[in-house]
Amino acid sequence: MATTDAGLVSDAHEQPGHGHSDHGHGDHDHPSYLAHHFDTPEQQFDSGKLGMWLFLVTEVLFFSGMFCAYAIFRAWRPEVFEGCSQFLNTKLGAINTGVLLFSSFTMAWGVRCAQKEQHKLLTVMLATTLSCATIFLGVKAIEYSHKWHLGLLPAGLFSYDPSNPHPVGGPNYLAYICAPFAIITAGVAVWLVVSFLRGAKFQFECAKPLLVVCLCFFVGVGLGTILESGGEEGHHEGDHAAVAAVEGEHGGAAEHGEEHSHEKEGEHAEEPAADAVVDLPAAGAMVNESADLAVIERLASDATNTGLQDELAARRAQSQQSAGGILYDVTDDTSATIASAPEDVLRPSRAGVFFSIYYCMTGIHAIHILAGIGVLVWLLVRSIRQDFNRNYFGPVDYVGLYWHIVDMIWIYLFPLMYLIR
Amino acid sequence: MSAHENAQEGYDFAHPLPLPLLAGTFLVLTLLTVITVAQASFNFGSLDVLIVMVIATIKAVLVGAIFMHLAWDKPFNILCFIGSFVFVGLFIMATLFDSRQTAKDDIPVLDDAVVAAPAEM
Repeated sequence: MATTDAGLVSDAHEQPGHGHSDHGHGDHDHPSYLAHHFDTPEQQFDSGKLGMWLFLVTEVLFFSGMFCAYAIFRAWRPEVFEGCSQFLNTKLGAINTGVLLFSSFTMAWGVRCAQKEQHKLLTVMLATTLSCATIFLGVKAIEYSHKWHLGLLPAGLFSYDPSNPHPVGGPNYLAYICAPFAIITAGVAVWLVVSFLRGAKFQFECAKPLLVVCLCFFVGVGLGTILESGGEEGHHEGDHAAVAAVEGEHGGAAEHGEEHSHEKEGEHAEEPAADAVVDLPAAGAMVNESADLAVIERLASDATNTGLQDELAARRAQSQQSAGGILYDVTDDTSATIASAPEDVLRPSRAGVFFSIYYCMTGIHAIHILAGIGVLVWLLVRSIRQDFNRNYFGPVDYVGLYWHIVDMIWIYLFPLMYLIR
Repeated sequence: MSAHENAQEGYDFAHPLPLPLLAGTFLVLTLLTVITVAQASFNFGSLDVLIVMVIATIKAVLVGAIFMHLAWDKPFNILCFIGSFVFVGLFIMATLFDSRQTAKDDIPVLDDAVVAAPAEM
């Protein structure tokens, strides 16, 4: 393409020598969808696509920062992630995964429709993709509001209390999340009615699918509520089970300052040992009651009596600490000493970090969904206007790529967050 | 606006994917999701993360290759995208190595409920 053309072409139609007139498509020199700085629709499409891929690369790198934080904290405190993950509702996460996968499918189908110029079907596909997006957000609203209610908040705000897991009162978080969506839905409904009454056909055509899309948010909220309450027993049992598991493993350490036989799976076996510990003299009294101590020491000299050995170690550590000594834990085995207290997964500073990462990753993902909804609405309006054809389907394709990468991120987020066992 | 200059170079470059392929991909993805959820109820120990990540990667490859048309895309686009994952891998591995090296420098948190529990006073 002659570079000399570039500067002086203001209107391609006035330049017979320009562009593809030499290829013989006279009056249709530059279709309205082809920007005049591109030679061909394909060049235009490829340029746009390269730009989109580069944007997606930045998106991947952007999310990788959060995945990195996740990897570090999980490597650091695997038990915190394991424990806190029990508070995430796998059913809701799995439903959301399915919804997103389906929206990816309809989006890919939409691209196909745009390429094949099936305008009506393209509108349907885009509306379906949008509806899935709002269902996803609706389910997310249930998840978030439930957790906020329990006090499962990011570090600093984390206020979950295992002994009072369902605090009464507190703001109705769900209502706050739903309010903006309710306002938008009402607005679209008004728009629909007004455009119908005024006979604005195009606006009416736009408002129709958009109202369905808005209502789908509440379908998502309903779906989430049913799954959350339908599995009410299961889930709250899950809540309690999570607490019980956490308490069973580490509660003893928190209450008595000394851990018993450290068998992660054998929670039941630990209970009698815990009782035995309660009967023993208080922690600070160790030095004074040497008779008791001697008995314990003698019993602990039996190699099989690991419970008492651990206890002894714990007591040594305690007396050392009560004497003002600073404990340097040189062994890897912290299970039987006071140092095991930090293992409590529900310590606000630790559980809070998990929920910080959880809210950060899923929240930014949700913001991407919102952005996706924005561009998809733009596509929906254009598809109703029948802007796209086999030579100009770029925008649908690019938004599709964006939508798929949001889906791809969720594909990794779901098992990493919800399925830690 | 039907500019169907079929013989025209640079036109008709669209590559619509067959619908059964798209639907099949969706079904496989759903199946893999079910497998991911199902495997969580078994205890594979430390292999857990590995299994989950392998399944997720298979899903991501399917989404990338078929839904995102990467299998039919220009090699440069593929290179860019795969390249970003290479750098993500480097980034996370290097940071994890560093984190492992300095993991001993754990600063105890003392203002928590657990430490302030009565039994320890």
